[in-house]
Amino acid sequence: MEASATTVSGGRSLIERSPLSRLPDQVLQWTLTALAAAILILIAYFFIRLIGQSSTAISHFGWGFVFGNDWNPSHLIFRGLPLLVGTVVTSAIALLIGVPVAIGTALFLIEICPRRFRTPMAILVDLLAAVPSVVYGLWGVFVLAPKLLPVEKWFASTFSFIPWIGGGTVTLYNYFIAGLILAIMILPIVSAIAREVISTVPSEHKEAALALGATRWEMIRMAVLPYSRSGITGGAMLGLGRAIGETIAVVLVIGNADVIGKHLFNQGYSLAAVIANEFGEAANTTLYKSALFEAGLVLFILTLIVNIIARWFVSRGTRTRAAGAVMAGVAVDEV
Amino acid sequence: MSVTALPRVSPRRRRTDKVMRSLLLVATLIALVPLVFIIYYLLHKGLSAVTSSGFFSTDPNGNFFGNPGGIRSAILGTLEMIALATAISVPVGIAVALYLTEYGKESKFANVIRYFVDVMTGVPSIVFGLFIYIVLVISKIGGAFTGWKGAVAISLLMLPIVIRSSEVVLLLVPSSLREAALALGAPRWRVMLRVVLPTSLSGLVTGSLLAVARGMGETAPLLFTAAGAFALTGNLGAQMNALPIQIYNDIQSPRNAITARAWGAGLTLVALVLIINVIARIASRRSRMA
Repeated sequence: MEASATTVSGGRSLIERSPLSRLPDQVLQWTLTALAAAILILIAYFFIRLIGQSSTAISHFGWGFVFGNDWNPSHLIFRGLPLLVGTVVTSAIALLIGVPVAIGTALFLIEICPRRFRTPMAILVDLLAAVPSVVYGLWGVFVLAPKLLPVEKWFASTFSFIPWIGGGTVTLYNYFIAGLILAIMILPIVSAIAREVISTVPSEHKEAALALGATRWEMIRMAVLPYSRSGITGGAMLGLGRAIGETIAVVLVIGNADVIGKHLFNQGYSLAAVIANEFGEAANTTLYKSALFEAGLVLFILTLIVNIIARWFVSRGTRTRAAGAVMAGVAVDEV
Repeated sequence: MSVTALPRVSPRRRRTDKVMRSLLLVATLIALVPLVFIIYYLLHKGLSAVTSSGFFSTDPNGNFFGNPGGIRSAILGTLEMIALATAISVPVGIAVALYLTEYGKESKFANVIRYFVDVMTGVPSIVFGLFIYIVLVISKIGGAFTGWKGAVAISLLMLPIVIRSSEVVLLLVPSSLREAALALGAPRWRVMLRVVLPTSLSGLVTGSLLAVARGMGETAPLLFTAAGAFALTGNLGAQMNALPIQIYNDIQSPRNAITARAWGAGLTLVALVLIINVIARIASRRSRMA
């Protein structure tokens, strides 16, 4: 290449490159563009194939697949409301427990914690994201569920007047345990995004609040939280997307019962859990398998919607490119 | 000129401040409790399994009685599949990130790609497993369930992480470096290969390693793509065992010897993931010093 840049031939100027030496550039540009485009094509192709595979179940049950309450594989009836209810209930528990703790952690680390402890503490919180979901399941099955069972029993009988909490048998594996594990699993991602958003609050706002005589907490309440509200909402929604799609930890601790649990401490099922748990049995029955693919399709669309809303909130909250990396599960201070 | 005394903060406000600050501290401590418990139980229950004889040198044998065997084939399977998944997702991911930073920039098409890559990060891992099952397993390309299909499913999961983290790092390369190289007459491909990529190398390594750590622990996509062999195999074209799969199956066993193996395998898996995380952090520290 160097040679062609300095030789004159065919009336070209001294510094103009020969068409041949420009070729690698064009090839590279087209290859990279094609690779990027291939990702779009791939996602579209997967989506279409998934719809194709679930078409048998879709034509068989219609909307009844989502809203009908009868999941009965032995009679080949697949109306998956119990699955949807389980997914919604466990994700809701995860958000109710996980998000306040995650926001509290983020506020503490950014606004209150002495600077020297900030990074080590943040690393520890991020470590929760490094634990594989099957290990959460392992821990849930052998430690969390049995240890919490007496507490849940006490809670269910003491607060039995609250609807959907007491007044029934407390099973070892139940919605609450699944939701609690999900809460722990979404904590690091929600906290990482909240940290990212909170650290973008302009220090002028905070200093102004303090100068007007606000205490630390008042400063947080009046300057930090309003500014970062939409980013934190987006982070919580991303956590919700994780919770909806989590499979292995949930399938191990939700109890896999194909009827809707009567209360919080009863066993149930979820969309992701049913796929993992019943795929082997379904292998030779077309309708059964198609129903599980449709469960996957519903799961895919559900997480897609949640993620699109989440990204809208986050992009309103932070205008930095770094937010993308945070969403991908990579905290910026790591990169 | 007398200095006006500032009004004292009322006791009620001071109390609220104290209470809320301690609540935030409590939230942080609560966040750390599960981590402590998980690590404690992994060590408590896993260490005895890991130190038992033959844990790393024998394969699970599936016998219902007697010694259930170790986890050698699971470790090897995980390493093989993650190696192949890395070999697919890292080059492709960095290439797409290069497209985004060097060619696409803020164009509409590039932003569409960014958007869909973000969407990919939100897709549940089990759905990726279903995708690969539909595309590769049903069609029985090169056998039904094989190790390489599991690796492809994992690489799909890793891809968005590699792309997004690489993009952040590539953007940090000062444009003055690119411009200097271009001004010296280097063609664009050389600028990328010799200037952009080497400058951001350690950051790229960090992002890729974090993706590896993430992909290593995934169970769900392997269930329908690679699942189910006990035997040791170096052949990615055959069914393969993997650590997460081994743990998942062992948890559901009624036998204590087998659930003990699940704890040992869990400890091994977490140790592997943590080691990769630590290496990633060391690499990123180096990039910040440079």
